[in-house]
Amino acid sequence: MAVEGETLARLKERFGEETFRETGIVRDRLVKIAIDRKDLFAVCKFLKEELNVEHLTCVTAVDWRDRFESVYHLTSWSRNFMVQINAQIPHDDPHIDSLVPLWNGASVHEREAYDLMGIVYDGHPKLERILLPKDYGFHPLRKEFPQEVDRQYVSRRKIGGGG
Amino acid sequence: MAEMWINMGPQHPMTHGLWNLRIKVDGETIVDAEPEIGYLHRGYEKIMEVREFQKNVVLTDRLCYVSSITWSHCYCLACEELMDIEAPPRGQYLRVITNELQRIASHLMWLAAYGPDLGLLTALLWALRERELFLDLLQLITGARMNQNFPRIGGVRNDMPSDFGKYCRKIIAHFRKKLEEHEALFEQSKIFQMRTIGVGKISRQEAVDFGVTGPNLRATGANLDLRKLDPYDAYPDLNFEPIVAYEGDSYARYKVRMEEMKLSCDLIEQALDRIPDGPYRVKPPRRAEGEAFRRTEDSRGEALFYVIGDGDDRPYRVKIRSPVFSNIFAAPIMMRGNKLADVVAIMGSIDVCVGEMDK
Repeated sequence: MAVEGETLARLKERFGEETFRETGIVRDRLVKIAIDRKDLFAVCKFLKEELNVEHLTCVTAVDWRDRFESVYHLTSWSRNFMVQINAQIPHDDPHIDSLVPLWNGASVHEREAYDLMGIVYDGHPKLERILLPKDYGFHPLRKEFPQEVDRQYVSRRKIGGGG
Repeated sequence: MAEMWINMGPQHPMTHGLWNLRIKVDGETIVDAEPEIGYLHRGYEKIMEVREFQKNVVLTDRLCYVSSITWSHCYCLACEELMDIEAPPRGQYLRVITNELQRIASHLMWLAAYGPDLGLLTALLWALRERELFLDLLQLITGARMNQNFPRIGGVRNDMPSDFGKYCRKIIAHFRKKLEEHEALFEQSKIFQMRTIGVGKISRQEAVDFGVTGPNLRATGANLDLRKLDPYDAYPDLNFEPIVAYEGDSYARYKVRMEEMKLSCDLIEQALDRIPDGPYRVKPPRRAEGEAFRRTEDSRGEALFYVIGDGDDRPYRVKIRSPVFSNIFAAPIMMRGNKLADVVAIMGSIDVCVGEMDK
């Protein structure tokens, strides 16, 4: 069996169908699953220990206005496949388990997601701002943070009535 | 002796940019270290949300001014995945050629910085002299020395001039001879050997655990190159073996980059031999919906763009995964137990680029 199908089958066998909101094979050697935040740590522990996923590529936080998503891209170097995990987080309670106990490389990516999006990774040994100053009071990648959209599209003609 | 913290940076010749390295020392011995970054944060991910897909290409060029094409190339690949299009074969080959030219220019810039770090000023002059040749080649094909704005979503901006292959082969043949001189300059220097061999060791397991990628990971004996593992564009057609060294110290990282420049020369020649005729660009759709990501082997490691579209002509969210961002936080592992004077030899061998690290 190809490695993608085997990964999905092992995951469903271990955690049951109802754990996954969505499963699929996006392209060659890429598996995508969507789960709830409470299952994240168990699923990642299983992936690391049983399915040889050694490398955490990155952690992305996405603001969907009604909910947050924390997206994990995981790589298995030895068996050469990737897993994308979309974990859902409610908007009014942005907490999710930290993956630092599994991969030390998660530390900086989780700090960045906390800094720019304000998602709290529970269990992170040192959750501080990493890119912005420590006393910066906002999380700028959230959608409610204002961004001057219109300025990009003001042409000379619109300002001066000619040109 | 009492332990104390020392700041190296933000303004220090070792940093090659603007960031701060806090080092905890016991006498001369390093106990712990902690990078502090963010001085060059420009809010790339936020800016890209209000600009159209095509307009972002020029922004991604500026992520790393030393290695522009590899970054805009990665962004274009991610957008192509999102829009479900593919560059035509000639466009793919042109991307491979410019990518490898850019990789050589980037590694030469690293070499030019690493020499003076260790007191070898000749290396700066020699490496920049050779880099100029490759910038000339890039100017010939793209029209600019740096920040070329060359890849496009769906291909590349323009075709190469008809005599490009001739000049390219000539310069590569010249460069191969010059590279031997460079190797002799470094490797026959007793001082260079003493300052790099056995300094800044990291094991393969630790490197993988901390998310280290690229030449720094391959210097620990891992045969992991995304051009081979997750091939993109015309790389599946080319024959090559990733460069590996086994010691995991600063000298191994130096060796991997030197060998990689030779590998890039081979790849460019192979691509020039095989480049097919035909169109070099397809028209991309204006709007896109869904999510997609692509990763490429950047000059410094694994670059990844994760793009989400919501049906508008602008991306809903863009995530940039910079290899240096992960690599630099593995530096404390490499430093522990070494002397304070070795910091420069270790940090120089990691190849830091602050532009892409701070986004």
